[in-house]
Amino acid sequence: MTLIVKTTRWLVLTALLSWTVHAGAALTIEITRGVESALPIAIVPFGWESPLPKAPQNVSDIVAADLARTGRFNPLPERDMLAKPQEGSQINFTNWRILGSQNLVVGRIRDLGAGRLEVRFQLFDVFKAKQLIGYSIPTTTDGLRLTAHRISDLIYEELTGEPGAFTTRIAYVVASRTADSLQYALQIADVDGYGPQTVLTSPEPIMSPSWSPDGKRLAYVSFENRRSEIYLQVVDTGQREKIASFSGINGAPSWSPDGRRLALTLSRSGSPDIYVMDLASKRLTQITRNFAIDTEPTWAPDGRTIYFTSDRGGKPQIYAADLNGGRAKRVTFEGEYNSRPMLSPDGKKLAMVHGENGVYTIAVQELQTGILQVLTDGNLDESPSFAPNGSMIIYAEKGRTQGSLAAVSVDGRVRQSLQSQEGDVREPAWSPYPANSQ
Amino acid sequence: MNIKLLGLAPLALIAILASGCASDGVQDPAGGSTTGGDTATTSGGTGTDNGTGASTSGTTTGGSTQMDPLDDPSSLLAKRVIYFEFDSARIAPEFEEVLTAHARLLAANPDLAVVLEGHADERGSREYNLALGERRANAVNQLFTIQGVAARQTDVVSYGEERPAALGHDESSWHLNRRVEIVYQGR
Repeated sequence: MTLIVKTTRWLVLTALLSWTVHAGAALTIEITRGVESALPIAIVPFGWESPLPKAPQNVSDIVAADLARTGRFNPLPERDMLAKPQEGSQINFTNWRILGSQNLVVGRIRDLGAGRLEVRFQLFDVFKAKQLIGYSIPTTTDGLRLTAHRISDLIYEELTGEPGAFTTRIAYVVASRTADSLQYALQIADVDGYGPQTVLTSPEPIMSPSWSPDGKRLAYVSFENRRSEIYLQVVDTGQREKIASFSGINGAPSWSPDGRRLALTLSRSGSPDIYVMDLASKRLTQITRNFAIDTEPTWAPDGRTIYFTSDRGGKPQIYAADLNGGRAKRVTFEGEYNSRPMLSPDGKKLAMVHGENGVYTIAVQELQTGILQVLTDGNLDESPSFAPNGSMIIYAEKGRTQGSLAAVSVDGRVRQSLQSQEGDVREPAWSPYPANSQ
Repeated sequence: MNIKLLGLAPLALIAILASGCASDGVQDPAGGSTTGGDTATTSGGTGTDNGTGASTSGTTTGGSTQMDPLDDPSSLLAKRVIYFEFDSARIAPEFEEVLTAHARLLAANPDLAVVLEGHADERGSREYNLALGERRANAVNQLFTIQGVAARQTDVVSYGEERPAALGHDESSWHLNRRVEIVYQGR
């Protein structure tokens, strides 16, 4: 009946996620705006074949939440289900047609002993009474949550034609007030807010986390020696290396698409300029050279152009510099303040912080047409970061009681807010797809 | 109370001042010598730590009986923070007198050193604000240089918007956060 996915690939994936999860409360995600045309889908609770009373994770709940969070799906509540089939032969399609569910997901989990599990699931088109996809996925007790996200990816891709990003993670900075000082933490959580993990704590500020393209390392700015310095850290081991500690600012690290270089901001020559560091040799190439502020470099996916913020024209605007030389050209013209550029994964859209009349929102500009669309309505929104499939942008909101994260679809139609009890949450960076999953 | 305090040994007074200072998160005077080891804690797993990096430093100033002008609350030198307009590093005329007083003291005392800490309000993006904080601190540094302060006496550090002095989200807080703090070292 089913396609069997290669075992090795899944084992690699689960190994990646088998770190010990610790630290505080998860981020809670709430859809604050969805689309009316959300697709009705029924995800039936998965069967559990095991001597143990309960599965370690509620797979169907995880999948339903993943799909609902995109704003494009409207999962049927479990209480409305007339039956709970666990495989195709048990389905009475008429039942589901009456409920209006266009698609149906059924599955079961088998306990193979010694922590090994097998998850089978099938996705059906209810009106055609036809199976669209079916998989059997070997996994482990610890890997079951990731497997659930992988199922979400498969369903999402089948039904929308675009890859899902449910197995990705977000890195962000939390500032919490202790007694009378601030404590800073760099954390990583699953993209659904689950299992936040602290990878760095410091009594001094932490800024600007940036993922390596293989998702294994983070670059960030730490003030632990009472000045800005750039570090690279291996996420799984915590092992790290200080790579920039020049006189003045060491800021805004951004990994090149090939993972071999890092764009960064240094002010060692007197004013902040963009540099590129070759990570193997640590050699620096200066990209911009003037007395204005040049900062916040980000790479085009082809690795040949760097977009950055500059106030060389008087106010901060976004410019593009070709790495082969030539004059940087201005890219943004609408609004008095445009900064912190980030390119969509396909390189066609530019997300930014857009300030007008003292209000700072997240906007996206189509590079080809120059058309700019404001996506958010906060007062002080910042730090936009694209999902690796380009569907959503995560960003930080401030100006309320404490900073929190939010995400918006690239067309602005779907919005979610991610709340944390822990403190001021900021500077989200959406991870690339996990290595070996493609 | 006041009378009793006066009767205390000067050392005890120094201790009181020092502890008051250390508990003030915003003004923490960079601990001069005590940077040393990394105060941050990394982990693939753990996350507990620790005191505030530079906790104690021996703030003993001999037994000089002369009043240090930096300790005189009525002196211009008691003002060690100057403020800026939004997205600007221009030094307003009202702060020139204060900065000149500091420049004169530094020029006359080559052993004195300051860190010029540049800060920004929370509006706009963080790395741009880091650059803006540096531009403000550099503006103060240039003024000092013109007035005879040696380069080795000053150090510029920008914190951008990361260490606000006031936590509100309105102009009254933003005004207090767009600032340069003059932090004398070893005091």
